[in-house]
Amino acid sequence: MTIKQLSIFAENRNGALYTVTDILAKENIDIRAFSVADTQDFGVLRLIVSDTDKAKQVLAAADMIVSITDVIAVEIPDTPGGLSSILKVIYDNNVAVEYMYAFVIPHTNSKAYVVLRVPDNDAAVAVLQNAGITLIDDRTVRQF
Amino acid sequence: MAYFQKEIETASREQIRAWQDERLVKTVNHVWNNCEYYRNKMKDRGVEPGDIRSRDDLYKLPFLTKDDLRDAYPYGLMSMPLSECVRIQSTSGTTGKRVIAFYTQHDIDLWDDCCARAIMAVGGTKEDVVQVCYGYGLFTGGPGLNGGSHKVGSLTLPMSSGNTERQLQFMTDLGATIICCTPSYAQYLAESIHEAGLRDKIKLKAGIFGAEAWTEEMRRDIEERLGIKAYDIYGLTELSGPGVSFECEAQAGMHINEDHFIAEIIDPDTGEVLPEGSKGELVFTSITKEAFPLLRYRTKDICVLNSAPCSCGRTHIRMAKPMGRSDDMLIVKGVNVFPSQIEQVLLSKGLTSNYQIVVDRKGVTDSLEVRVEMTPELFSDTMGAMTQKETEITEALKAMLGILAKVSIVGPKSIVRSEGKAVRVIDKRNLYNT
Ligand SMILES: [Zn+2]
Repeated sequence: MTIKQLSIFAENRNGALYTVTDILAKENIDIRAFSVADTQDFGVLRLIVSDTDKAKQVLAAADMIVSITDVIAVEIPDTPGGLSSILKVIYDNNVAVEYMYAFVIPHTNSKAYVVLRVPDNDAAVAVLQNAGITLIDDRTVRQF
Repeated sequence: MAYFQKEIETASREQIRAWQDERLVKTVNHVWNNCEYYRNKMKDRGVEPGDIRSRDDLYKLPFLTKDDLRDAYPYGLMSMPLSECVRIQSTSGTTGKRVIAFYTQHDIDLWDDCCARAIMAVGGTKEDVVQVCYGYGLFTGGPGLNGGSHKVGSLTLPMSSGNTERQLQFMTDLGATIICCTPSYAQYLAESIHEAGLRDKIKLKAGIFGAEAWTEEMRRDIEERLGIKAYDIYGLTELSGPGVSFECEAQAGMHINEDHFIAEIIDPDTGEVLPEGSKGELVFTSITKEAFPLLRYRTKDICVLNSAPCSCGRTHIRMAKPMGRSDDMLIVKGVNVFPSQIEQVLLSKGLTSNYQIVVDRKGVTDSLEVRVEMTPELFSDTMGAMTQKETEITEALKAMLGILAKVSIVGPKSIVRSEGKAVRVIDKRNLYNT
């Protein structure tokens, strides 16, 4: 139970992010979630989009370096302390998290989700599901 | 006006020409008879010793390049029996790039003469105390100036390089009057002298600086801070070492020791000899050497020759400070850096050869940056994996080059290409601008 994330290399210069969003917009590809990580020299854009394969193809055609990464998307319970309860499971079970970021999907009544990048997806999925946490699949993310 | 060998250094142009004609013919025969490697090169071009009757025939001879020195390594270009050779010297290049040269005792005597001329040209006499802080050992800088200083009769301080504290102590205690080192080390010493408040304790009057490119700006800086006159000296290990040419008090170009070397300027692309005053690659033919005479050796230095009379009275032709190199060897922090070494490291780390080397200088410190184009292989969605790769490359470069290079990852195809070829080296130091 994982979803596909696009990872794109970006130099740290003005307009690098815009170049990516512009290409995707022209291809009618929707961005569902994104996060940016950077150092002094370069950054990585991480995107969840409506059509991952097509997005990779058009970005690669524009000489960008793109890879597809399997990540876990976890539903955040709509209660106080919802995020905290998920983090507790992760912490209690010693799941290493490389990075995480949150997003919202309108067609699921604007529920919030958190993307988790972990070294071992299968192990993390098992831990989360055992704790009764809801994960979503690629199809749910991509449909309108 | 003092000269080490007045009758030679101020000889008429006709006399110099006559020496060159006679010595060239003699050297060509010597090489033909004793060096199979060059004999074969001559045969390949259909040239025989009889075809070379004066320096007008010099253009007929094949060139030698650094590649030849490598091909013939170690003994292939030696033109005397081993029993007659007494010394080798070598370039500072790292493994695989090393050039070695051989000397008979006679060769060393002539080399010392050349360096003695350089020392006297800056006002050196037997009353002077000459501090030599070029490296000793395989490097030619130390042994060359050391020998020259002995010939002049100066008191010679064979300091070698490094240990600045001791350099300053000897400089002040013994009252050194002439210093010989690289220009960047001279700047460093000047800084240290100021910091230690020793400016009033030094007796230096002149410096002979070479072995690396330097600018007029650096000259003024050194002269001002040390209160001396700063002179340039030129040479290559392949040709003997420092003293192939040297600056006189006019500080307007370096007099080539034409009784020992014939200089030509050629078009680096076609090899065609260019008329005097043209800018091109400097080519030297040694005409007095026994053990390691090189005929038409391409220096890769881009340069201009000037035969106008000099106010110092010397009649030997002058060469301008080299304006660049026709290949792209870099000297960074005093270390030879070849782009090919960097490429080798990058390839060993699974990177493509899309890279660029940027050299800069802040104050007196060189910096080396290696820009690497991001590749799908290098790319990762996690920053940790990429910074780890950067660290790995940095360490591998340090091990290869001996100096620290900053590794920067840049976008794919972001390195400027001219005619499809990446521009490999950007040297922002402007060392060749005069
Ligand atoms: Zn002169």
